[in-house]
Amino acid sequence: MGEDGVCRNENRLVQATWLGALYGSTGLCALAVAAVFAFLLYFAAPVFWADNAGSVLSLAWRPLDGSFGILSMAAASLALAVSAMLVAMPAGIGICCFTCGLGPPMAARLVLGLVRFMTSIPTVVYGFVSVFALTPIIQAVFRGSSGFCWLTAGLTLSLLVLPTVVLLLEGPLRDAWEHTALAASALGLDASRTLLHVALPRARRSIAAAAVLGFSRAIGDTLIALMLAGNAPQLPLSPLDSIRTLTAHIALVVSTESGSRAYNSLFAAGLLLLGAATAVNLILRRLLRKTA
Amino acid sequence: MTFPKFAYPAFRWFCRACALCLAAALAGLFGFLLWRGLGTLGPSLFFGEADPWRALLLRVPVMDGLWPACLGTLSLLGLTCLLAVPVGIAAGVCLAEYAAGPAKAWLTFCVELLASIPSVVMGLFGFTLILFLRRTILPTANTCLLLAAGCLALLVLPYLVSATQKSLESLPESLRLIGPSLGLGTGRAIRHILLPASARSILAGVILAVGRAAEDTAVILLTGVVANAGAPAGLAGKFEALPFTIYSLAAQYQTPEELDRGYGAAMVLLALTGSLFVGAHLLHATLRRRWQVNP
Repeated sequence: MGEDGVCRNENRLVQATWLGALYGSTGLCALAVAAVFAFLLYFAAPVFWADNAGSVLSLAWRPLDGSFGILSMAAASLALAVSAMLVAMPAGIGICCFTCGLGPPMAARLVLGLVRFMTSIPTVVYGFVSVFALTPIIQAVFRGSSGFCWLTAGLTLSLLVLPTVVLLLEGPLRDAWEHTALAASALGLDASRTLLHVALPRARRSIAAAAVLGFSRAIGDTLIALMLAGNAPQLPLSPLDSIRTLTAHIALVVSTESGSRAYNSLFAAGLLLLGAATAVNLILRRLLRKTA
Repeated sequence: MTFPKFAYPAFRWFCRACALCLAAALAGLFGFLLWRGLGTLGPSLFFGEADPWRALLLRVPVMDGLWPACLGTLSLLGLTCLLAVPVGIAAGVCLAEYAAGPAKAWLTFCVELLASIPSVVMGLFGFTLILFLRRTILPTANTCLLLAAGCLALLVLPYLVSATQKSLESLPESLRLIGPSLGLGTGRAIRHILLPASARSILAGVILAVGRAAEDTAVILLTGVVANAGAPAGLAGKFEALPFTIYSLAAQYQTPEELDRGYGAAMVLLALTGSLFVGAHLLHATLRRRWQVNP
């Protein structure tokens, strides 16, 4: 450290320990990421390179017949996350517009406080309440459905990712609003015209970032899908279908100890999820760097 | 771009409806939980049939209460903090004050990547670690409390790093000048001036990270939690935890009493994470008043 040249009173041992601890800890973080990737690749690579590679990358999950396909679960993960975002994005944008100018200030502060508090509600509590409050409603509305389906899980998941969307979008939208509100009202625009024509288009990059981050939360979530989606490994064709996501699949296979042949599908599923997380991260970096 | 005239009032009403729906959904969630769970609160929720005082001292095992799960969650959180907090704070200090240039960019990228790993994948990492150990040096390795705490520590590490980094970087410039003006080196200035000044906000970050660790179920599901382990026996033993208790009771409750215990467990966990959240925000609020130089 060049600046430390002026300082003669610092004990060399203390300084060495201090720097060692700091750089060691930072190195440990990097090492942890490398270890997660290395272990999953090490266990998943044989699955893809083996002779029966097609087995994992197929639609059929029938362990008794020896077919361990996870593609239907990948489709289910994607479908569930996209459907949750289709509810959460418009709702999130609506709530942000409410807090950034449309709603009365007191109500706006209250809503924002509620959204902040939502970040502290455990996922498993959302799942638990939905199992006993939402599934009976779905059962009653759609006769013949068990209630444990894509629709129930999607609705609960959209509530779970809502704070992520709102809290990421609120700051940039408020900035855009505060920058433009005076000029817009001088031009005779009311609040909803200002938001729709000026503030929201200005914040479109943040809207995209919020959508991407919310999507990564939704696709990585385990408990909602595990508790509410019904966990039947099939393609998601109707909102009342019981589906099994990749995350729920991992949890199910590990907790039921299905034997080491089913483990292969586990590592493939983990690698797919890790790949999705990395891709989302790279997209997010591009989006957020250009706004900064 | 033009919209038809009715679009603007429709948009206004849509935004109001969104805010109202959110409030209604949360009110429904809390109302339902309180309605079903409030009646279950009491010593028997935690200790079942056992005598509370003797169970508290671990003299008698608790068969049908939440006490072992509470103990499991507490020891899990303590162990996670022990593993994650020193590393997270040190790495945050390093990123805020020492790292620069491409090294800083790479390390920041690593921390962001770690933050984006889904918790079930982190649990799977712990699981593969055990499989690897079994194949190589430790044939008897099994999932346990220490492994779960280690994986949880990795999960909350990025939160700690970025909380520390942000709170150091947001200190006012005047405070930064005190160190050099007194002739202190970088290390001493950080230890004696900057870290004490940002201690509260770092603590708030730690509390939020603890809340995150307390609610996570996917990691422990894959790394050694079981439904009836009793009080945690040691670092290498299986354990119970509140979030897993809630999940397993929802999935396979046998009697109405067990379901009631599920409601009670959900309320206890919500009270725990909620009070951690409120505590962290009170710390932040006092801090903002103190350093309000350039809001």
